[in-house]
Amino acid sequence: MAGLIILVALAVLVLWVILIYNALVTLRNQVENGWRQIDIQLKRRHDLIPNLVNTVKGAMEFERETLEKVVEARAKAVGAANIQEKGAAENMLTQALGRLFALVENYPTLKSNENILQLQEELTSTENRIGFARQFYNDLVAQFNIKQDVFPSNIIASVFSFEKTDYFQAEEAAREVPRVDLSIKK
Amino acid sequence: MHDIYSQQKQNRRITVALMVCFFILLGTLGYAIDAYSFGTFELTGVPVATLVALSIAGINSLVSYFYGSSIVLKSLHAQPIVFENPSHKQLYNVVSEMCIASGIPKPKIYVISDPAPNAFATGRNPENASIGVTQGLLDTMNREELQAVVAHEMGHIKNYDILTMTVVTVLVGTIVLLSDWATRSWRYGGIRTKRDSKSKGMHPVILILIILLILIAPILSRIIAMSVSRQREYQADTSSAEFTRNPTALASALEKIAQSTSPVKTAHKATAHLFISDPLHRKLDDKEGMFADIFSTHPPIQKRIERLKRMAYGYTTARG
Repeated sequence: MAGLIILVALAVLVLWVILIYNALVTLRNQVENGWRQIDIQLKRRHDLIPNLVNTVKGAMEFERETLEKVVEARAKAVGAANIQEKGAAENMLTQALGRLFALVENYPTLKSNENILQLQEELTSTENRIGFARQFYNDLVAQFNIKQDVFPSNIIASVFSFEKTDYFQAEEAAREVPRVDLSIKK
Repeated sequence: MHDIYSQQKQNRRITVALMVCFFILLGTLGYAIDAYSFGTFELTGVPVATLVALSIAGINSLVSYFYGSSIVLKSLHAQPIVFENPSHKQLYNVVSEMCIASGIPKPKIYVISDPAPNAFATGRNPENASIGVTQGLLDTMNREELQAVVAHEMGHIKNYDILTMTVVTVLVGTIVLLSDWATRSWRYGGIRTKRDSKSKGMHPVILILIILLILIAPILSRIIAMSVSRQREYQADTSSAEFTRNPTALASALEKIAQSTSPVKTAHKATAHLFISDPLHRKLDDKEGMFADIFSTHPPIQKRIERLKRMAYGYTTARG
């Protein structure tokens, strides 16, 4: 009888470990997938920039410096290796693009150019997509990291040596506490 | 994070329950007609009407599940977006952004050429979903507001609200049609059957049953359609804020929608509950209380706006 009880207890324990382990693995995969989503959108932005620079180059002869900054920031962003480097490079690119579009406002011919308007919409959308992909990714990272911290899943996490993942920082949020969960409390 | 999985489960359960109710309702109706033609509740022959009614219920449930969204889109005269049109391209971009924020696959995108600003979603699951907006919405909203409205519809898709709402549309539509038909044949000399000559006048109980079904069915189905949709609007508003982190944009979008008083022309009673705001602008939607709670499809728009503004306040204080 006692043997049976121990056997059942053991079975429950094993089942419980499997459940938590699977939850952790699922989260890790979701985090990786979330990162891929960000990457896709960053590439999309990198691809749009040469097009944009070519379109405005002729009309914006005098703003050479701004244009060069955009091109330079793009090159850096393309070459970035890890998450942190990437975050910094992409923020620089965002700022450079922001300055460029602020300057476009000074050129009435450019401002009403259909090509530019289209490119502007595409870039705005890409910025948003990057933002939302980051939001989605960071929410997942928060879930994943919290799961590795709280009892009892922290035991399983350390036994199977799961590692915490970096947040992808937004520019203003860079010095803030990581955005953990901003969703609405019910 | 509010529990999306329990909402999805609840929606699937409600859909099954609705279909079961539909079977029972039509089955009873068929049985009543059979009993009437036999002149007794005992089955003395082949219950033709019952069998017909049950197969109608079966076919209708299948149609509502698989083709419900096509029926809805057709009845609203929704057209697929045209990429050459800049405002459609922007809509496409906004939908793509919200897919990333909500983590669901891209739905099919439609536009209704109607000046009244409104939006709806339909389908059976996120993999087979459609989202539609009116041209009026594209014309009146700025990018952020459009985004908030699209996010609201994405909320309906993610919660599986679209499944329940679409099935309701088709089933309620059928019941209304049937009851219309029954009322008409009643008026023109009763439901004629071959056995009419044999039956010695009808059993009063059967008579009452048929009358009740004719009267109650449409009311009952409306109550179901209404009560399932009111709660959902609040939930989808919450989802919108969760995806965009910008409840203020949805609040100002709803304000703009509230200002417009023209109805969406292609919308009617059976499809009204699919929209973000009542496309028919019925008075009842501005009211509170039990009666309004049961019969109106949408919560008062002012109340939704207030709720969103409170959320926005919560955000700023939470961010510190």
